[in-house]
Amino acid sequence: MPGFVARRLLYLVPVLVAVSLLTFLIASLLPGDLAYVILGDQATPEKVAALRHDMGLDQPIWWRYLSWLGHVLQGDFGRSFRTGQTVLQAVAERLPVSFELMIMAEIIGVAVGVPLAIACAVRSGSAFDRFMTGTAFGMLSVPAFLAAILLIYLFAVELRWLPATGYIPFEEDPLGNLRFLVLPALTLALAEWPGIMRVLRSDMIATLQEDYIALAKAKGLKASRILFVHALKPSSLTLVTVTGINIGRLIGGAVIVETIFALPGIGRLLVGAIYTRDLVILQGVVLFVAAGFVLMNFIVDLFYAVLDPRIRHGHA
Amino acid sequence: MATLELGLDDEVAVAPIGRKRQPGPLFWAAIAWMGFVFAAAAFGGLLPFSPTDMDMLERRAMPSALHWLGTDGLGRDELARLIQGARISLIVGLCAPVIGITIGGALGILAGYFRGRFETLVVGSMDVLLAFPPLILALAVTAYLGQSILNLTCILGVLGIPAFMRVARAATLTLARREFVIAAQALGATHPRILLRELLPNVILPLFAFFLLGVAVTIVVEGALSFLGLGVPPPVSSWGSMIGEGRESLEMAPRLAFIPAVTMFLTVLSFNLIGDTLRALTDPRQGAL
Repeated sequence: MPGFVARRLLYLVPVLVAVSLLTFLIASLLPGDLAYVILGDQATPEKVAALRHDMGLDQPIWWRYLSWLGHVLQGDFGRSFRTGQTVLQAVAERLPVSFELMIMAEIIGVAVGVPLAIACAVRSGSAFDRFMTGTAFGMLSVPAFLAAILLIYLFAVELRWLPATGYIPFEEDPLGNLRFLVLPALTLALAEWPGIMRVLRSDMIATLQEDYIALAKAKGLKASRILFVHALKPSSLTLVTVTGINIGRLIGGAVIVETIFALPGIGRLLVGAIYTRDLVILQGVVLFVAAGFVLMNFIVDLFYAVLDPRIRHGHA
Repeated sequence: MATLELGLDDEVAVAPIGRKRQPGPLFWAAIAWMGFVFAAAAFGGLLPFSPTDMDMLERRAMPSALHWLGTDGLGRDELARLIQGARISLIVGLCAPVIGITIGGALGILAGYFRGRFETLVVGSMDVLLAFPPLILALAVTAYLGQSILNLTCILGVLGIPAFMRVARAATLTLARREFVIAAQALGATHPRILLRELLPNVILPLFAFFLLGVAVTIVVEGALSFLGLGVPPPVSSWGSMIGEGRESLEMAPRLAFIPAVTMFLTVLSFNLIGDTLRALTDPRQGAL
């Protein structure tokens, strides 16, 4: 196991360097001069030149990248020229909101998807199975922003059970906090459960045909014990991989959902930075999210290896 | 699902057991809907409505003989905007995956056939592109490049390259070891000949099935960006921006959000259905079962 972790960690370094390079290049090569953005279109060329010099924008690009990377490695992601807040402060302030949202969504998604997958796998080919598989397929065609509109209309406009937008910190009012998060989390979960169900269902069907399941049945074990103890773990390998892939979708969905429901999370920080052309925040958040995404996938890989010994011994 | 990553579960997802190998009525319904949307996008311009003319006295009007689907919050004809949105969705939705299938497909076939350093380089650089959550990358690049239909198409196209590369490479890896390729090599066929005459015709089918799924994903991502006001620049309408605008009047006129929403859902579902059916039909593993 330590060898496996070391190998994966070694692979992480070039990927992270490449991610930082790409983030930097997007911000540096594409049009949109930071100095003009700060000073406005009316700025005199002299002023712009002076600011460019102060900010080091007149240096060669490789030098700018290295000095930027140097600062980033020391934890200095830059400072918003609009609010004066550092990127790290802004991210730290908003990260808990995004995490809470994504964890809630994932819990709902698993709570709906896993039981449905098991129920479908046990009676594969039945009317129930076909209905649920069809529903899941249809749900995969519902974009997050579409589900959000539908949920807002249903629960906030028509029934008036839940608030449409807004946020209260958990420390101030735990119950109110949850009330504001239900609809956003539900929106994300609506996109999550079909994937979870589909993948787990097909793996489970394959597992249930294995000899050791027949043996467990022959031994007279209870059906629930066979399903949850013997069949669930070997069936969840693909699910774990797909979960890693889905994190990207979850982050993308969170951006949209946070914007729609006015939740002060990372996604809204990013979209807000785009609206106000706050390029420093934008660059910092993109790097932060991409690096976080790479690390999450790394963790998923490790978890995968824990579940399946063949992977960490390199027999896969 | 607002990402371009659908293809990744391609390698792991097993087609539901018991799926019929003959396309069912749903498949043909999806084809019919596609035909309808394509026809509306192609000939809708002939209808005597303008998608941008505002009629401030007729705001959020109910459907009538003058405005078949009513008007939106600025008194613009809803049907005309819907048709213009169909055009945008289809143009972006079809052109972006064309970029993906061309570049990604070529890289994938070459990587799967030649292997070695080239393959490592291709797979490695695609991993870097995949290291970004797609929507984040799309948002960041549009923020710098500026909003236009061309920019949007190019970005979404580039984002699709890794997925197409993976599909093409996976298919090529298995095909390159097959007898007909070895036979061609033994007969002294050149690399270009093997790539174009032996491998490409076999790889193109799974790639095309995946292309349709890519169209669905692209339409969704374009919709999400336009919904946020960061996609197609106004006053051009897109289904996403119409849903975004309709959201403002959800209490007064929910249909302004729901009409484009249902249209988009049906279109995305149709592409998914057709793509998935073709994938199941062309999946070689199915034949082995």
